[in-house]
Amino acid sequence: MTTRKVKEFLIESAIYVSGLTSIAVVVLIFIFLAKEGFSLFKTEFALDFLFGKKWYPISEPPMFGILPLIMGSFFVTIGATIISVPIGVASAVYIAEIAPQRVKEILKTGVEILAAIPSVVLGFIGMVTLVPWIRNTFHLPTGLTALAGAIMLALMAMPTIVSIAEDALNAVPRRYKEAALALGATPWQAIWRVVLRAASPGIVAAIMLGIGRVVGETMVVMMITGNAASMPKSIFRPVRTLTATIAAEMGEAVQGSDHYFALFAIGIILFLITFVINLSADFALHRRRI
Amino acid sequence: MYQRITGVLIIGIGIFFSSSVFAAKGNSIQIKGSDTMVNLGQAWAEGYMQKNPEAFVAVTGGGSGTGIAALISGTCDIAEVSREMKKKEIDLAKSKGVMPKEYTVAMDGLAVVVHPKNSVSRLTVDELADIFTGKIKNWKEIGGVEGEIVLLSREVNSGTHVYFKEHVLRKGDASRTNEFAESALLMSSSQAIADEISQNENAIGYYGMGYISRNQKVLAVAKDKSSPYQVPTIEDVKSGSYYIARPLFMYTNGEPGGTVKDFLDFIFTPEGQEIVKKVDFVPIK
Repeated sequence: MTTRKVKEFLIESAIYVSGLTSIAVVVLIFIFLAKEGFSLFKTEFALDFLFGKKWYPISEPPMFGILPLIMGSFFVTIGATIISVPIGVASAVYIAEIAPQRVKEILKTGVEILAAIPSVVLGFIGMVTLVPWIRNTFHLPTGLTALAGAIMLALMAMPTIVSIAEDALNAVPRRYKEAALALGATPWQAIWRVVLRAASPGIVAAIMLGIGRVVGETMVVMMITGNAASMPKSIFRPVRTLTATIAAEMGEAVQGSDHYFALFAIGIILFLITFVINLSADFALHRRRI
Repeated sequence: MYQRITGVLIIGIGIFFSSSVFAAKGNSIQIKGSDTMVNLGQAWAEGYMQKNPEAFVAVTGGGSGTGIAALISGTCDIAEVSREMKKKEIDLAKSKGVMPKEYTVAMDGLAVVVHPKNSVSRLTVDELADIFTGKIKNWKEIGGVEGEIVLLSREVNSGTHVYFKEHVLRKGDASRTNEFAESALLMSSSQAIADEISQNENAIGYYGMGYISRNQKVLAVAKDKSSPYQVPTIEDVKSGSYYIARPLFMYTNGEPGGTVKDFLDFIFTPEGQEIVKKVDFVPIK
């Protein structure tokens, strides 16, 4: 009897610890980020950090203005969203509502495989195919642009959007659609006006999580957006994103230097952005249950 | 309940701090730093390991700044650096008990490259400075065909980036404050610059002589209008007549001993310097 109790207790504690691990890690990461990043705000660079337009981290004196980097991330993210959301949602609707069983299986596997492609591979493919194509098609000085990043990132966001939106569509009770059809709606009217509306919280969550993935992606943007830290004027211009800046410069920054703190401060900004995005995804999902 | 949470936190913190990496000891050497020098370091490592099979030399890149940061934090034995260590870096090293010792191991000429179809074939340093600071924006301003100039630079962690800024953009005058134009694309490696140059007729970039290939055209560079225009060659870099040439360094923490010393001695043997030529740099002897 007691051995059973001990066993039970051990297993329970093990699961309990596992359950807490991710929370503990998030808390630790945030504490570390905050500790390193907030040091920047004790220096004279604090004011220029958010609104400065120049990023020259190793000059004398250095300039840590991340506005161009925020704009870079913003341009790439907006571009990727515009591309991936309509295609992703439409694809989810097709898979969940229209496709025959066999096609459904094939498409779902395809989406999963797309999600499994390492980002560095996507970046490399983008560099040798998409970048020259963009330069020639739009007659640009260079193809290393926000647009190239947006297209490749749209491919990365799509699996997230498709699979979560599809789950949301499947969760819509069958009778909603049946009722609509019984009232004389065409299948398309039933999907568009009933099923999609009913699944909208889940679809919004899918979109937000897709955007979250885009904001945080690093390798692809570092390889194909050109990394020029100027204020982007259009999507056809090179940009530098927050993530690429951290990845490219972290190795160089000497621990304890202002540059090092500035990169951690960028980390805080990124953390806040993705936190807000995930929170709004959670809100969107939660609304359905109330 | 609280005890459990504390336990979890302790485990987490433990994992967090145990992740620091320490430089390998014994027969193995960790070399880190300049991307320009990665191939050179690798070639030396291979040559050295062939003669000393029991030794193990690992070479990684990341940029000169990365190498110095690693030397200061004790995660490498030798830092490869393609520029001189800054006073600030030396001070920081000393404050952490690291005494950097400098070795000039080879010379490098920086090639300024464009697409083979580009009609421009020579530039003065002043023109180069105006191009890379963004004053000259179109190829036709310097005798080429109409087209917006695309600037390719290395990332800020690159010694090549710093050297080019100090010696071309600022012409060696520390009081100047010229910077790379904001529109300059910062590429993550010399090879990435070479690739983009070979497919973009509007691009101009720079990198160490070792990366020159048939897919790029090397521009002849002159110090000023009255000086001769030269492309980087081994002789001109060695004699110092080519303007954008630089020494390449290795730094160790204090006087090295054991395998590290043995490896550095190997670099300065005729055999070691022959390897320099093989990877297209310029030997110092």
